[in-house]
Amino acid sequence: MSDGHSTYSPTSGLGRWIDARMPLPRLVHDSFVSYPVPRNLNYAYTFGGILSIMLVVQIVTGIVLAMHYAADTSLAFTSVEKIMRDVNSGWLLRYMHSNGASFFFIAVYIHIMRGLYYGSYKAPRELLWILGVIIYLLMMATGFMGYVLPWGQMSFWGATVITGFFTAFPLVGEWVQQLLLGGFAVDNPTLNRFFSLHYLLPFMIAGVVILHVWALHVTGQTNPTGIEVKSKTDTVAFTPYATVKDAFAMAVFLLVFAYFIFYLPNYLGHPDNYTVANPLKTPAHIVPEWYYLPFYAILRAITFSIGPIDSKLGGVLAMFASIGVLFLVPWLDTSRVRSAVYRPWYKLFFWIFVADCVFLGWLGSRPAEGTYVAMAQVATLYYFVFFIIIMPLLGLIETPKRLPNSITEAVLEKNQAGATVQPEPAAAAPETKG
Amino acid sequence: MSASDISETSRRDFLYVATAMAGAVGAGAFAWPFIDQMRPDATTLALASIEVDVSAIEPGMSVTVKWRGKPVFIRNRTEKEIEEARAVALDDLKDPIARNANLAADAPATDADRSAGDGKDNWIVMVGSCTHLGCVPLGQAGDFGGWFCPCHGSHYDTAGRIRKGPAPQNLAVPHFEFISDTVIKIG
Repeated sequence: MSDGHSTYSPTSGLGRWIDARMPLPRLVHDSFVSYPVPRNLNYAYTFGGILSIMLVVQIVTGIVLAMHYAADTSLAFTSVEKIMRDVNSGWLLRYMHSNGASFFFIAVYIHIMRGLYYGSYKAPRELLWILGVIIYLLMMATGFMGYVLPWGQMSFWGATVITGFFTAFPLVGEWVQQLLLGGFAVDNPTLNRFFSLHYLLPFMIAGVVILHVWALHVTGQTNPTGIEVKSKTDTVAFTPYATVKDAFAMAVFLLVFAYFIFYLPNYLGHPDNYTVANPLKTPAHIVPEWYYLPFYAILRAITFSIGPIDSKLGGVLAMFASIGVLFLVPWLDTSRVRSAVYRPWYKLFFWIFVADCVFLGWLGSRPAEGTYVAMAQVATLYYFVFFIIIMPLLGLIETPKRLPNSITEAVLEKNQAGATVQPEPAAAAPETKG
Repeated sequence: MSASDISETSRRDFLYVATAMAGAVGAGAFAWPFIDQMRPDATTLALASIEVDVSAIEPGMSVTVKWRGKPVFIRNRTEKEIEEARAVALDDLKDPIARNANLAADAPATDADRSAGDGKDNWIVMVGSCTHLGCVPLGQAGDFGGWFCPCHGSHYDTAGRIRKGPAPQNLAVPHFEFISDTVIKIG
């Protein structure tokens, strides 16, 4: 797809002058105007564009917020309140930033699930997928450190619990935790370094995004059929087709985002974070931000020792493994068919997996007692079984549906199927006309 | 001819290896300050010890003080609590080690070894930081009437020993001493 020669031809003298010296306009034209995309992309494929917009929103609002924020334990909480009450439009910028994080994660979860459904990770797109998982990890680190900055109760105790993960590792654990905290407990050094890193990481994300898009443009996009592009009739030009579709999806997405900013700005947050951090009192029920809840449920599901691994280390390992397993997905899936559209069994297990992740998220918000623990253990088991057993096994035993020969054929078949519904009115029309 | 070729090649190889080694050591030396600066600094390390007057703490009362950024529980236990803790067989404990910084590292987690010792065994002094992930447990709560961590459901008994839940160790007893009958020095 990418090996077609460039169709860019500058029309003005200045355009030709620049093109001969630093052909950036040519790169943009080839990547976002004439770039061929499969003609059958649906709205699930618009979330890449939405994610880029969200990254820009977060960086822009974040830079502005940093002008009013003070990273010091005695000032942080009040400086955030000052942003909310005194800084002109400060409330809007902060709500954009805090809800922006949530919507960034909503978009990334849809984007990841789309990849899992349509088999976007399969050869030759393994590196593209791995770069995506790295971006996701960086997003998690950024989101976590950002949540600490307002220095509320959830900030403080979230930081305590998450840095506490490292104490589970034998020998080096305590040393690593002190390295992260800059002390024996979460305190001023911790807040300072988290602020510094929270400012840095989004730019690292932007860097990996460039690699991600580069890899995408080398292999070309997948599409709902999972069949590679074979001829020119399988594709349309990025502009206007994909541009307009992406723009429409962005507008709808941003509309929902705006609704939350203006009408439900604290719905996705936690009221305890409007209480200033108190190192001597843990809130009765601490929970992380909603986007980490499934992993939190997995952490708490391991309440038993496995051989020499005690329950604490076991929980931490299970939680890290739940993300680590994503790196292996391209090699765990043994099916030669890419898209779930043609894989009836995979489709079923995929949707159970989606429901399982939502269920784990809900369990993560519940206290770790009684039946919740048992339910979390079952849900955690399915999470890993899906990747480690179902994915490799299904590829070997499942009989996929008949694949169309090309994207064009798939699209035409679908259009014909749609057309056959209407033969009667079509046949009746000449009669009434006559 | 061929012999001199080999000696030429190995001299060049030596230079490559030596350069790479010097580069690696240099990169490591350059990287170290960047890692080193993240460790607890001098003000944090300065082992601040605190003195707490416990004369007003009657049996059944507790006080929580802040030491090294963490809460320390000081409790004057009731007779009933002490008896409950003494009645527990060591075999029933998840962590059979006292975790008492004032005793040997392998001291057993008997009630006497967890408390302030002979004549003061109604007193218990512990870092109030759950050994699971560092939350502050709630006092006089949980299945064993001791401490209960609300974060992930760890239950400690009246001697601060882990009995149920994900925490791996008993609550840590810091260095402390009674410098008079009513004043405890921690640290």
